[in-house]
Amino acid sequence: MVDAVLDGIQPLAGRGLWADAWRRLRANRAAVIGAIVLGVIALAAVAGPMLAPHPIDAIYWDRVTMAPDFALGHYFGTDTNGRDLFARTLYAGRISLALGLAATLVSVAIGVVWGAVAGYFGGRVDAVMMRAVDVLYALPFMFFVILLMVYFGRNPLLLFVALGAVSWLDMARIVRGQTLSLRRKEFIEAATAGGIRDAVIIRRHIVPNCLGPVIIYATLTVPNVILLESFLSFLGLGVQEPMTSWGVLISEGARQLEGGQWLLVFPAGFLATTLFCLNFIGDGLRDALDPKDR
Amino acid sequence: MLLYTIKRLLGAIPTLFVIIAISFFMIRMAPGGPFSKERVVAPEILENLNRVYHLDEPLIDQFVRYLGGILQGDFGPSFKYKDFSVTELIWTGFPVSLQLGGAAIILSTVLGIAFGVIAALRQNSRTDVAVMATAMVGIAIPNFVMAPLLTLVLGVYLRWLPVAGWGDGGLRQAFLPVVALALPQIAYVARLTRGSMIEVLRSNYVRTARAKGLPERLTILRHALKGALLPVVSYLGPATAAVITGSVVIEQIFSIPGIGRYFVQGAINRDYTLVMGTVIFYGVLIILANLVVDLIYGVLDPKVRYD
Repeated sequence: MVDAVLDGIQPLAGRGLWADAWRRLRANRAAVIGAIVLGVIALAAVAGPMLAPHPIDAIYWDRVTMAPDFALGHYFGTDTNGRDLFARTLYAGRISLALGLAATLVSVAIGVVWGAVAGYFGGRVDAVMMRAVDVLYALPFMFFVILLMVYFGRNPLLLFVALGAVSWLDMARIVRGQTLSLRRKEFIEAATAGGIRDAVIIRRHIVPNCLGPVIIYATLTVPNVILLESFLSFLGLGVQEPMTSWGVLISEGARQLEGGQWLLVFPAGFLATTLFCLNFIGDGLRDALDPKDR
Repeated sequence: MLLYTIKRLLGAIPTLFVIIAISFFMIRMAPGGPFSKERVVAPEILENLNRVYHLDEPLIDQFVRYLGGILQGDFGPSFKYKDFSVTELIWTGFPVSLQLGGAAIILSTVLGIAFGVIAALRQNSRTDVAVMATAMVGIAIPNFVMAPLLTLVLGVYLRWLPVAGWGDGGLRQAFLPVVALALPQIAYVARLTRGSMIEVLRSNYVRTARAKGLPERLTILRHALKGALLPVVSYLGPATAAVITGSVVIEQIFSIPGIGRYFVQGAINRDYTLVMGTVIFYGVLIILANLVVDLIYGVLDPKVRYD
């Protein structure tokens, strides 16, 4: 009897921090739905332009600003130049998402290195580095990005570097805070006593231990960067033809309020849904990785 | 406190200097100039033009001259709007932008706090869920999407409100731009207020107030609210910056003759002095807003000491 019961009990597998977090994340309905919807949008953005019945740049002179028409395969209608909005919306999503991810990577890279170095060395290095962050914080950054785009031409590479470069400040502060508390831990002391170089300690011991907050914050940076990009594109300073992004489509749609509402509604819907999902996933990750913060 | 204010103002000088220096040198290093147009200008004329605007001097001399001008409130002449100085343009746009932005800030604080408190008092009720879901929408939808959508519904379909323009800033004209500008901030303030209010309601001093038999209304208005508002006050600094940035787009969408429009037009027309003037003006505004917020914070929270 006892044996039978004992047989039924599997030895408990140890659950690490990440397994715990994963379980909590899966229990968060908003985050799971957000992730699924975002996955669908991303998939559509990658594969969509190839599957759409019309190419993104084909001009149909006889179908200018036409309302959605399923028979002709224009699911979202056509724009003022007679191009298929369905294909263009999906293609724009590819650009917006890619730019969001790339710029976030730039901001994570700068922010993590800056924060970890400042926090690890402390003292005067820390004071100077964080004072620089404080000064940069007070700058109206958005305006500098606009200046940059106006004066140095509007190429996509510059755009995403600029977006990444303006959004690393919070990341640097967060990582510095984490590093300050890690620095006094015994395993760092042990590593130092073992004669390991500072650069290696930062890379192997400090950075991996900051990963939780970094992931949370990076997830929340993606929607911000996508938002910035659309903001710039809306002003006509971001992505340029023949490329397009949701911000570009929204700004074109906003000019056709009377007689072409679908031009605004579909891209705006995609952008808003994506931002929603990313916010839900970010909140979910925060709850999952940092339960005491609830 | 006076000493602290002076100290903070002095501390803002390096920040301001960095703003001026970056915008000055970034523009000067960029290819093209204010006189590079499609029509070719004779070299002698170009030379004369450059001399009039001191563009032929070494860069560092120009920078010093520009700094000297700013100290006297002179941002130079506009390159595009002939016969106007940048200072004049800024002062014609500022009252309009101030009305728009000020109304948006007031609206977002009042409504945000009200919604946040209501949601916190009925935590996990349907009202709470509804308020927080709406706040999520407000945060996720950027104002340059919200503005055209609102215009589409209220202006184009229902024809209740004018689609664009400012006129004399009357309520009907101002309603859409102010609401579109304020919505994301209302949402942020409501979320912040709800969070801190829930925390404060569980604190000991609120329990004491209730234990001594104070009516619930007084407990909340006189005790809980004051503590709960601290994070909201410190958010007002970033909120001001967000409203200023947002007003650039909103002014563009609704064709409102404020500073934001001058900024965008100046950037597109390469009107160097106008763009720099507006950027510096915005920088000063944001710095001042942060200072005021910190001072208010000190009045509300006796734990903060100025030294």
